[in-house]
Amino acid sequence: MEDLRQRLTQPSVESKQETSGKVISYLAITLIGGLVTTILIFLTWKGIALFTGNHYSLWEFLSGIKWQPSDHVFGALPMIATSFSVTLLSGIIALPLALIVAIAITEILPSTAYKFLQPTIELLVGIPSVVYGYVGLTVIVPFLRRFFGGTGFGILAATCVLFLMILPTMTSMTIDSFRAVPKQYRNASAGLGATRWQTISRVIIPSAKSGILTAMVFGMARAFGEALAVQMVIGNTTVMPTGLMHSAATLTSVLTTGIGNTVMGTISNNALWSLALILLVMSLAFNLLMRLVSRKGVK
Amino acid sequence: MKKTIIGVVIVAIVCWLGGSWVLAKQQPSQEKITIVGSTALQPLAEAVANDYRTKHPQTSIIVQGGGSGTGLSQVQAGAVNIGSADIFADQQDGINANKLDDNIVAVSGIVPIVNEELGIKNLTMKQLQQIFIGQITNWQEVGGPDLPITVINRAHGSGTRVAFEQTVLKPGMQAVNAQEQDSNGTVKEIIRNTPGAISYIAFAYLNDQVQSVNLDGVAPTADNVTTNKWPLWSYEHMYTQKQPSQSTASFIKYMQSEKVQKTLVTEAHYISIHDMKVEKTPTGKVTERK
Repeated sequence: MEDLRQRLTQPSVESKQETSGKVISYLAITLIGGLVTTILIFLTWKGIALFTGNHYSLWEFLSGIKWQPSDHVFGALPMIATSFSVTLLSGIIALPLALIVAIAITEILPSTAYKFLQPTIELLVGIPSVVYGYVGLTVIVPFLRRFFGGTGFGILAATCVLFLMILPTMTSMTIDSFRAVPKQYRNASAGLGATRWQTISRVIIPSAKSGILTAMVFGMARAFGEALAVQMVIGNTTVMPTGLMHSAATLTSVLTTGIGNTVMGTISNNALWSLALILLVMSLAFNLLMRLVSRKGVK
Repeated sequence: MKKTIIGVVIVAIVCWLGGSWVLAKQQPSQEKITIVGSTALQPLAEAVANDYRTKHPQTSIIVQGGGSGTGLSQVQAGAVNIGSADIFADQQDGINANKLDDNIVAVSGIVPIVNEELGIKNLTMKQLQQIFIGQITNWQEVGGPDLPITVINRAHGSGTRVAFEQTVLKPGMQAVNAQEQDSNGTVKEIIRNTPGAISYIAFAYLNDQVQSVNLDGVAPTADNVTTNKWPLWSYEHMYTQKQPSQSTASFIKYMQSEKVQKTLVTEAHYISIHDMKVEKTPTGKVTERK
């Protein structure tokens, strides 16, 4: 009797497991949360030092078109504009291709093709960006140079490299969103006498819309933050982008070329941190956009 | 069963850590020298470090890149023993040069290069200046073919660029907004493949794929650098804090020794500090060396 009471009132092994599991997961969450907040606080603190410590005007920073660290003139508009142009251009070129490939794999080709192509595409997703940059430097840039003249470095080269980089990611995500469309939809559409093209264009794409948009935003977020591959092929000229074959500089490429040549705490270094803050804000915006898009899709 | 395996593994790890700690204690203490900074000096520093290690096995030397700015700020913060730089500490924003010891370990010549097909072999200093500030934009104006000039510059704050602009541009002049590349290798590759392109690289990277340019009829040779007849050159520095550790001082002394300067330094196409007949101040003033 005594024994039974003890067993019922004392915590069992299983409930202890519960508590320890809870403690471990809370610890992990606090750790990750702590890391994220520290990075956010650190970047913000360093990023605003240019305006609070060096009293550089925020408006001049965001709207200035001259970037001359040696004269302490920091206008970030050329880099912001270039970052957005290459991101949008590569996203716009990659989207139709990703769509077509995804449609072909999920709707048209036999399922063996999917089994073979899916791992291939995922392999491409995992290729480090420096490899894409190297391909850009040794293949794309000389090709553009022969074709269009000039140095070959520039926005078009960066767009090509980014396009190559984000295409696998976007394709793989689009395939997933197509496969998530229930089979009944296809059957119902076929039952109503729709052709395959009608099914694809009126049933499958609309119901996978949010997934496709998420894939596009995800790919563009990656393109926006890509540093090394872009820096290798864009030419790094801090001027407003005026043409596809003109060299320009993105936020990330200025950061990677400049950070080793400045000293912590100086105004040139602080300006680079402010560029990094812009990058962070932009990637947060991309994340929010992604949430918005994927929430809208659920119907 | 699982628990025993985990237990055995933990015991093994503890034994291994303890054992290696005891072993490490028994060995003669390793002296560490960390060199961080200039990527231009990195290959030479590594070669000399390898050489030094064979003679002083107790010293372990780590050579890392990161850029001149990083090297200077790291050595100022005391994070590394030696900060290598291709610029004077005085020329770098945010560095207090008085707190550091300057050790000049080599001299590096800089040479303008153009595409081979251009046919330009000589420029005057004035022409070079006007090309880099964007006043001359076509090769026709300096006796070449009718071809626009593509200027390839080095990244802001790069040591080679600082030295180049100090000699070529006048104070207050601003270089033309041009493509910037952050390595000698990439610059050379672009010049080789782009008709009408001009840039400048360190002697160490020069080869016959690109055309070097004489200035006012003077050829870019080591001999001409030693007398400042070829004015485009800079020092390679290894900065330490005041009163560096004994192993650090001995490594730098080794690097500056006649033997290393005659062999490794000149083999890497740098110029020996002992051959220099002139010296340069941080502000670019050149005087006879006593």
